[in-house]
Amino acid sequence: MDEPKLKEHVINRDWCKGCGICVHFCPKKVLELDDGDKAFAKRPEDCICCKLCEFMCPDLAIEIISSRGTARRAPTKGLL
Amino acid sequence: MAIKDYIRERFFPHIWCPGCGHGMVLNGLLRAIEKIGLDKNEIVMVSGIGCSARISGYVDFHTMHTIHGRALAFATGIKMSRPELKLIVPMGDGDALAIGGNHFIHAARRNMDMTAIVINNRVYGMTGGQFSPLSGYGTMSTTSPYSNIDHAFDVVELSVAAGASFVGRTTTYHAQQMADILGQAIIHKGFSVVEIMSQCPTYFGRKNRLGSAIDMLEHFKENTTPIGSKAKQKNPDLIERGIFVQKKIPEYCDEYKKIIERAVKD
Ligand SMILES: Cc1ncc(C[n+]2csc(CCOP(=O)(O)OP(=O)(O)O)c2C)c(N)n1
Ligand code: SF4
Ligand code: SF4
Ligand code: SF4
Ligand SMILES: [Mg+2]
Repeated sequence: MDEPKLKEHVINRDWCKGCGICVHFCPKKVLELDDGDKAFAKRPEDCICCKLCEFMCPDLAIEIISSRGTARRAPTKGLL
Repeated sequence: MAIKDYIRERFFPHIWCPGCGHGMVLNGLLRAIEKIGLDKNEIVMVSGIGCSARISGYVDFHTMHTIHGRALAFATGIKMSRPELKLIVPMGDGDALAIGGNHFIHAARRNMDMTAIVINNRVYGMTGGQFSPLSGYGTMSTTSPYSNIDHAFDVVELSVAAGASFVGRTTTYHAQQMADILGQAIIHKGFSVVEIMSQCPTYFGRKNRLGSAIDMLEHFKENTTPIGSKAKQKNPDLIERGIFVQKKIPEYCDEYKKIIERAVKD
């Protein structure tokens, strides 16, 4: 199967509360918090579209738009 | 359908604290429902009172935000009159097992088809961090400043003993497993209980020096294990995750219908 290709991280700044959960658990360390404590994609080129950030965000504030609609399995074994 | 189609976006951002596990339960539940492909008009969510109970305000299903501890009683009434609807009843640990404990065990015993979700953050979040029947021995809270001497229920053992026909447990850290177990619980015909260990960083986390929401999630990862794992044999203190019971026994509304048919014939 083709690897999904990232198109965009859609982050809703009005909903994000800066908890840092997506930043901490992203397996590729793609995300960071900005000066206003809102998540943003600092290294989007490293994103593997696993959607872990999207599945874990308590505020439904982050969405991964990729070339393939379905998510690749999250790489972290413990999650399954 | 995208999960955003199942929420009332006008009420977001939601009221929960940064990093609160309740939002992660909402996230997992929406994914489970999307995967099963349920129509929003087929679902009724009934909740009681508590931070967790606020969840019913955010989903675009038929919803009822009722009174503390009595969500299952309201859900029972709805299901009896409209058995074709899918009932989902999210409850806090206090809501489900302190004030609502009696409703809980009898709902489990009757095996009416509905899904009870116990969002267990081991504290009364909404009212300021008092201990609950799930806090456990030795925990700190605003009402146990010298440490709690009450022992905790085990939600899984209690539900099994009370007769629930589906019993599962997971944590907010295990996002995929959460969506998977919730999906199976919703599909299951009978009374399903899913315990989701969840974090209240504001009260339980702070009082027990467990760190941030992230630290609490790491704690769920480290202190739980799949049912029957080797790790559990080595370390009996690990809490097991997975589906403990999944059995087919007569469902209450089906049985009630048969009684009506018998009575009408006489
Ligand atoms: C009849 C009644 N008794 C007490 C209360 C006060 N009260 C509101 S929420 C709550 C407990 C909330 O704890 P829990 O169910 O664990 O939910 P959480 O806030 O932790 O999600 C209590 C005792 C109430 N609202 N109604
Ligand atoms: S997990 Fe969600 S709310 Fe928390 S920092 Fe990331 S985007 Fe913001
Ligand atoms: S999709 Fe995966 S790799 Fe990409 S930002 Fe989210 S968690 Fe990181
Ligand atoms: S008080 Fe606790 S349970 Fe309530 S919203 Fe805040 S973190 Fe969540
Ligand atoms: Mg609670």
